[in-house]
Amino acid sequence: MAARALTRGLLGLRHSRTVTLTYSSGHHYATATSVESPQPQVDEYTDKILNQPLQKPDFFRVSELFSLKDLFDARVHLGHKKGCRHRLMEPYLYGCRLNHDIIDLDQTVEHLQLALNFTAHVAYRGGIILFVSRRRQFSHLVECTAKDCEEYAHTRYWQGGLLTNANIQYGSGVRLPDLIIFLSTLNNVFQQHVGIRDAAKMNIPTVGVVDSNCNPSLVTYPIPGNDDTPVTMELYCRLFKMTINRAKDKRKQMEILHGLSAPSTPSSWHE
Amino acid sequence: MAASCVRTVGSLLGKCGNCSSNINTVTSQLSRRQICVSTALLKKNLAAAGPEKFTVEFIQKQVEEFDIGKRHLANMMGEDPENFTQEDIDRSIAYLFPSGLFEKKARPLMKLIFFPLHEAVQWGADGRPFHFLFYTGKQSYYSLMHELYGKILNIEKHQDRLRAKGLFSQDAKAIALDTSRWFTKEELEVLLVETISSHNYDRFIQLIERLLSMPYGNMEEEFVLQYRRPLEAQSKKQSVPVPERDDKGVAFSTSDGRRKTSNSSVVLRDGGSGRITVNGQEYLQYFPVLQDREQLMFPLQFVDLLGRFDLECTVSGGGRSSQAGALRLAISRALLSFLSEGEQETMRQAGLLTPDPRVRERKKPGQEGARRKFTWKKR
Repeated sequence: MAARALTRGLLGLRHSRTVTLTYSSGHHYATATSVESPQPQVDEYTDKILNQPLQKPDFFRVSELFSLKDLFDARVHLGHKKGCRHRLMEPYLYGCRLNHDIIDLDQTVEHLQLALNFTAHVAYRGGIILFVSRRRQFSHLVECTAKDCEEYAHTRYWQGGLLTNANIQYGSGVRLPDLIIFLSTLNNVFQQHVGIRDAAKMNIPTVGVVDSNCNPSLVTYPIPGNDDTPVTMELYCRLFKMTINRAKDKRKQMEILHGLSAPSTPSSWHE
Repeated sequence: MAASCVRTVGSLLGKCGNCSSNINTVTSQLSRRQICVSTALLKKNLAAAGPEKFTVEFIQKQVEEFDIGKRHLANMMGEDPENFTQEDIDRSIAYLFPSGLFEKKARPLMKLIFFPLHEAVQWGADGRPFHFLFYTGKQSYYSLMHELYGKILNIEKHQDRLRAKGLFSQDAKAIALDTSRWFTKEELEVLLVETISSHNYDRFIQLIERLLSMPYGNMEEEFVLQYRRPLEAQSKKQSVPVPERDDKGVAFSTSDGRRKTSNSSVVLRDGGSGRITVNGQEYLQYFPVLQDREQLMFPLQFVDLLGRFDLECTVSGGGRSSQAGALRLAISRALLSFLSEGEQETMRQAGLLTPDPRVRERKKPGQEGARRKFTWKKR
């Protein structure tokens, strides 16, 4: 929880750098509902477009995209066997039936809503979203999802310095992802994916589907749920695609509505 | 940066497009002190500015500057600026900047060389990369694999649909694969403009073989053929000498042969009785040794046409045996025009058409001969 508030604050800081150069100090979110700007004159663009979604708790109405029954039909509640259980996942489990862990879908609904809401806000502000999964069966599905939302995917071998050594690997002035979505937090040898630790090092918020054998501690917005069934993965991909597209369309709508456009790029995101 | 370097030489040449050409032309034999000074200054500036970003606008600007420089050069040489081709440019530069350097690539050059677009910046003004697989590091390779797998899934879906309708047939035609080979790893790297590991290459070949192994794999034929290089057939390389007819209507063919330091030329005439003339003399007189005469006759004996042809040979250089070998090669080559495809192939497999590459190996210092060392003395 503390990690979440911290990253929210950091996101606010990072976001503030992309705003026009008229004022130097950025926003700090205290709560999601009220935003205080230190300057008396607020930039019209910031007020109408950036602040307005923050007034309501579920501005993008992501809770309407799914219901508990949908999750149950997609077998999200099925975990692994009792022997594979991770100690830190015990709060998220409903129980254990014939040695199979059952994930509590009430908690999943809350966590999924928070994660989708966060994704929508990031997509609304034009952030880079990176989908990561190391499961070979769903690699093509994840890449297609990313292509459909015009975001990015990485379902291949993770080279060590992709996030931490980015300036040398890609060239200087590269922009790192603003959100990383892990559709499976484990890699092919059932160890935690390196990307979780690297994202935490680089202060990049993460959304991750954690199964009953995963470690949810470093993930900013964990979603306790199954990550092994094709039906479940298709559900997640569909949900993420819908939220991101919805957020981007909303952004275009708001810009047309208020007749404003984004300020000219200050290119201050690569400090 | 590079443009300002040339402004000092601007009075002479105008703006040359390529950076490398600038440095080359400037360090030419027109040693004017201000040019040397300006390049020294500029080298410091270049280091401070950092690597140039080869964006599309930059490339276009360089192309325009190159065209202007080309027109200036044409005016200087007194030629038509409209029809000034690259060969004219090379000729003019060689005339204006004569260089005695042996390494051709070190000489002054005025040419537009387009490096692969990998050097270009991969993201837009807002920082978002263009390609959806940018963060993998090897975007073109992985997008190729993604595309291939997508095609495999499509073919499987198509097969399932046909099976459901009952129209699935196993005897779909296979693509002809004997006349071509897969791209090598180096060729694939050139195509993708990226380095890939050998493991990646193996995976790529496995995936594309899997695509072809499916019954309806021939649907993606043209896509697959993009990644195959046609093999050059061995026997087609042999250029068969054209048989001509002389005044009396006799068909004859001429060909040459070489062995060690001997050169020979043979005219093979049809409708003769099997007489062989070497350098004006009878072959029995020129080659007293049986072994040499056997060498001459072997090609004809191999195809059972001993008594049909008249041979008129000329040979020079080398010794007795090498002259015989040169003549044998020349006779075999001349015979090709009178034979069918199958007989040509048998001759090639018998080794009659292969020139012998063995030449005398040079003597090395510190040794008595090419291989023989001096006698080793223990003390």
